[in-house]
Amino acid sequence: MKVPISWLKEFVEIDWPVEGLADRLTLAGLEVEEIQFVGLPIPEVHSTAAGAGQHGRSVRVSGLAWDPEKIVIGAVLEVMPHPDADRLVLCRLDDGREEHVVLTGAPNLFDYKGKGPLGTPLKVAYAREGALLYDGHEAGWKRMTLKRAKIRGVESYSMACSEKELGISEDQEGVIILDGDAPVGTALSEYMGDAVLDVVITPNNARNANILGVAREVAALTGRPIKEPSYEVPWTGGPIDRRLQIRIGEPELNPRFVAGLIEGVKLGPSPYWLQYRLRLVGMRPINNIVDATNYVMLEIGEPLHAFDFDSLVGRAGGKAPTILTRLPEPGERLTTLDGVDRSLDEFSVLVADTAGALSIAGVMGGAETEVSERSRSILLEGAAWNYINIRRTLAAQKFSSEAAYRFSRGVHPAMAERGVRRGLAMMHRLAGGTIARGLIDEYPMPPGEMSLEVKPADVKRWLGIELSVSEIADILRRLEFVVEAADDYVRATPPDHRLDIGQGIVGVADLMEELARIYGYDRIPETQISDTIPPLYANPSLEREERIRDLLVDLGLQEVVTYRLTAPEREARILPQQGPVAEPYVWLANPIASDRVVLRRSLLASVLEVAERNARIRDRIGIFEIGPVFLPTGGELPDELPRLVIVMSGPRQSKSWQGADATPMDFYDLKGVVDRLLHGLHVEGVGYVPSSESAFHPGKCAQITAGDRVLGVIGELHPLVVREYDLEAAPVLAADLELSVLSEAFQDRYPVAPVPSFPAVLEDLAVVVDERVPAEEVQRLILETGGHLVEAVNLFDLYRGEQIGVGKKSLAYSLVYQAGDRTLTDDEVADIRRKIITRLNQALGAELRA
Amino acid sequence: MQDRLVRLEGQAISELEGVEGEAGLQQWKVKYLGRSSELAEILDGLRKLPKDERPAVGKQANQLKARLEGAFAAREQTSRAASLEYSLQEDRLDVTLPGRTLVRGRLHPSTSTLRLIADIWAEMGFQVYRSRDVETDDYNFGLLNIPAHHPARDQWDTFYTKQEGVLLRTHTSPGQIRVMRERAPEPIRVILPGMCYRYEQITARSEIQFNQVEGLAVGRNITFADLKGTLNAFARRLYGEDVKTRLRAGHFPFTEPSAEMDIECFVCGGIGCAVCKGTGWLEILGSGMVHPTVLENGGYDPSVFSGFAFGMGPERITMNLHRIDDIRYFWSNDMRFLEQF
Repeated sequence: MKVPISWLKEFVEIDWPVEGLADRLTLAGLEVEEIQFVGLPIPEVHSTAAGAGQHGRSVRVSGLAWDPEKIVIGAVLEVMPHPDADRLVLCRLDDGREEHVVLTGAPNLFDYKGKGPLGTPLKVAYAREGALLYDGHEAGWKRMTLKRAKIRGVESYSMACSEKELGISEDQEGVIILDGDAPVGTALSEYMGDAVLDVVITPNNARNANILGVAREVAALTGRPIKEPSYEVPWTGGPIDRRLQIRIGEPELNPRFVAGLIEGVKLGPSPYWLQYRLRLVGMRPINNIVDATNYVMLEIGEPLHAFDFDSLVGRAGGKAPTILTRLPEPGERLTTLDGVDRSLDEFSVLVADTAGALSIAGVMGGAETEVSERSRSILLEGAAWNYINIRRTLAAQKFSSEAAYRFSRGVHPAMAERGVRRGLAMMHRLAGGTIARGLIDEYPMPPGEMSLEVKPADVKRWLGIELSVSEIADILRRLEFVVEAADDYVRATPPDHRLDIGQGIVGVADLMEELARIYGYDRIPETQISDTIPPLYANPSLEREERIRDLLVDLGLQEVVTYRLTAPEREARILPQQGPVAEPYVWLANPIASDRVVLRRSLLASVLEVAERNARIRDRIGIFEIGPVFLPTGGELPDELPRLVIVMSGPRQSKSWQGADATPMDFYDLKGVVDRLLHGLHVEGVGYVPSSESAFHPGKCAQITAGDRVLGVIGELHPLVVREYDLEAAPVLAADLELSVLSEAFQDRYPVAPVPSFPAVLEDLAVVVDERVPAEEVQRLILETGGHLVEAVNLFDLYRGEQIGVGKKSLAYSLVYQAGDRTLTDDEVADIRRKIITRLNQALGAELRA
Repeated sequence: MQDRLVRLEGQAISELEGVEGEAGLQQWKVKYLGRSSELAEILDGLRKLPKDERPAVGKQANQLKARLEGAFAAREQTSRAASLEYSLQEDRLDVTLPGRTLVRGRLHPSTSTLRLIADIWAEMGFQVYRSRDVETDDYNFGLLNIPAHHPARDQWDTFYTKQEGVLLRTHTSPGQIRVMRERAPEPIRVILPGMCYRYEQITARSEIQFNQVEGLAVGRNITFADLKGTLNAFARRLYGEDVKTRLRAGHFPFTEPSAEMDIECFVCGGIGCAVCKGTGWLEILGSGMVHPTVLENGGYDPSVFSGFAFGMGPERITMNLHRIDDIRYFWSNDMRFLEQF
């Protein structure tokens, strides 16, 4: 909401400088996002270096100051043709000091061309040589200094300005023509310089989406009285009573409907002062009748609608029209004033007459009864509408306007009458005519009376400050509550422009906010909670998840976090040999992009996309993500199952001047990482079972188990998947684990063995087995047979070759024999070794390698 | 014999002075102190000398041996020191060559910031409570005092799922209701971190998904002044003791009164710059006293209990701390971004 300071000052006196005012409004909940200076001098920024803790700006500032010496009001005395150019004219202009010849191409002066000296001089904004202006012919806001130049043989050193050149609006079509009473020679900044606050209106502040509303806030903050506008109407016509009727069909949706009638108006452009205000607030002037309704809406917040009364009478066959508000008939349509033929939703209230719909209530007027150049009589509507219902209509019609914005946030029914009174008076002032005496006012649903009791104890309990009954009463009075102060409480009735104060304890909470805002958040002390400390709860899932992250980072992996929204086609990329599978997804009803339409089912696909993107900039990838996948359950909400995915690819080491191991990482690099992770989590009974998962190479994939639990899968990706992600340079290794299972397998009370006090015996053992015998089995049997005397087994060599025969492999282990209570003798070690060899031979057909 | 000893000493000492290196030293040692050295010969031959000469010669020879050993030790020490010095002088590295490349793992910056925030709140007695991403309309809006078609809903552009009444949470606030219903009537001090979703165009300043950390304290006699004290303590702990904060009135349907907290822009010191968009302030969190309706929906009697809630964005905080101007970096996971942390 744009708020010109000059307009605000009509309703409240303001002593504070603009920036100070903006600051106070911001603290009180009307955040001022920007101050746009239109002509007035822009205050200097205070550097914080000037004083510790002193704040520089508290709001963004923009705009252009009009030099009072160089930009003044001028009077165009005569418009003359340019000797050499049809699209330019020469103006004889008086700037209060002397006469100048000013060159311009402004089309709105062409009507006066060659008509000799003007009977009524045209007042314009005259810029002298050297004035700083915006460039009217450049897009955006580019500053320029007015320089002397020769244009088509005529010397030009000054100009009459457009709104764009002065920073008032984007309009640069013609020059500004000021109202006739503008004093020639006066600095323009003094005449109409302004500063416009851009105020954020939060939903609870809807009542303040108008100049008067912001003024009320200023009054409450400063303690100055509010100067309400006059709601007097210069009645000059006959009584309105028999001229029309109003019937409200849906009082819940339309609690009040007020109408006034003004006849014999003369449509035309509004005076410049009014156009200027509309422009500053960001609205386009149309004509004096429409401008009057917009002006009143901006001023006091009640949107008004003007109907062409003669066409209503015409539709009623020359009789007094009856205005009905009702829900649409099935299939009913209306052509609105934007020319769109709209089908009407069954919940949208219509303003209609006996001949049919006239407008979508509170939203948009119909084309047929629109005010036009020919209109002479105006029926002015001010009504109250159920804002929830207006919102539904706006959503359905995909429409918004300044009026709809206000009605959709709630306007108090009391404002309907004030709006019509103010609107009639404004139309009369701008367009003449006679106002029929009285208003038609249907008010079937006035809001219920309500009041609230507030005690100093409430204030203490909610806000932690001590306010006396009289302090509470004072703040609420400043906000125009009707206040009754008793010994230990205040009874407060909200003023009739507010709909935001609730009842009971909710209402008390609402009052607490009002008290805190006006008292000042900055004055409230800082204290710490004095209540008892809550019970502490263990949080193992989070703690274990964070432990897993730390371990993976220790192992050299980079954590990534990806979008949880994806598309089935994106996830099908990990199953290229299958094509898209009809998996049940959580689908978005309103996706914002066609490639993010579902919640993911696969974390692997998300992480592979990261690998794909980074493969272009890094040859080595080592990444992981922990995050949920979303699986519909048939119930209301899907399962959200956290998973862990690791992806590795590229050379084992990055290139270095010392030489590096550039061998591409393989299955065992990833397995090493997973082993270290599981070791770090003290997961017991870990096993790797050859497995086949569609995304993986069928011969290089394993299921990871821990006892009965299946933790997930690890392997080299299927070549087709690798090709799909454009990662062909090296094998891509991936692990996909179910985090909750991993978290359950996590041991945090693992025992720690004593450090041995007797020396260990180290021995190597090499056996030859069939190729298909899994190494893990050999190792398991060694440990099992060795019992507590074999402390560790490490595979240090794997050999295949002619020496040992085709289809065979040699596995060489280093064994650590260790007893906790003595030094093992050679005989004991030899005995264990013999048992191990026998066992391996019997179970796996292993032969000791010669 | 005495002359022989004197000559031998003179010869040995002068030769020792000319010896170079470890090998020379050892040669000298063999020659003058070894088993077949002249001195050893003399000592061995003592038996053959007349009895009366033996003590004097023996003493002199042994003294000579001691002196030669001493001289050798001294010479050996200086020689070793010299050769160490020499080798130290010779053995030089180019210390400017790069270190060996090791792979370092890292957390995603969002995780780091989430942890930073959680650690600070843990110091203040707030435990982590996590809740789901996909929520019902009721938990995300209705129970938080945001009825259907209410203007307050405009503040959240929502992703709905095809299942009626099910949406992607727009904030972590549904967790407020969940934790209250689980814990009522116990006092509560928790933070609720989690991923949230908004129906927005992805731009440098807005994302469809982002983390949020909400906080909630519920108990008896918890006041707005407590909220101010607690949040200021947090801000000082995160941004430094000297940080200047301001609390201003705001609006959230689930709190009343509501407040926004700003800190003075630490980039420009409050003068106004691109980071703070010319205002001199950075908005760091939204907060307020828990609305009576929300307390009631959570199972707490608002006439007895009160509480405050707050919410902040870890990505925003990360962006401010590291002057990152594009929020899209976070989920793009470009290593050139991630590796800077």
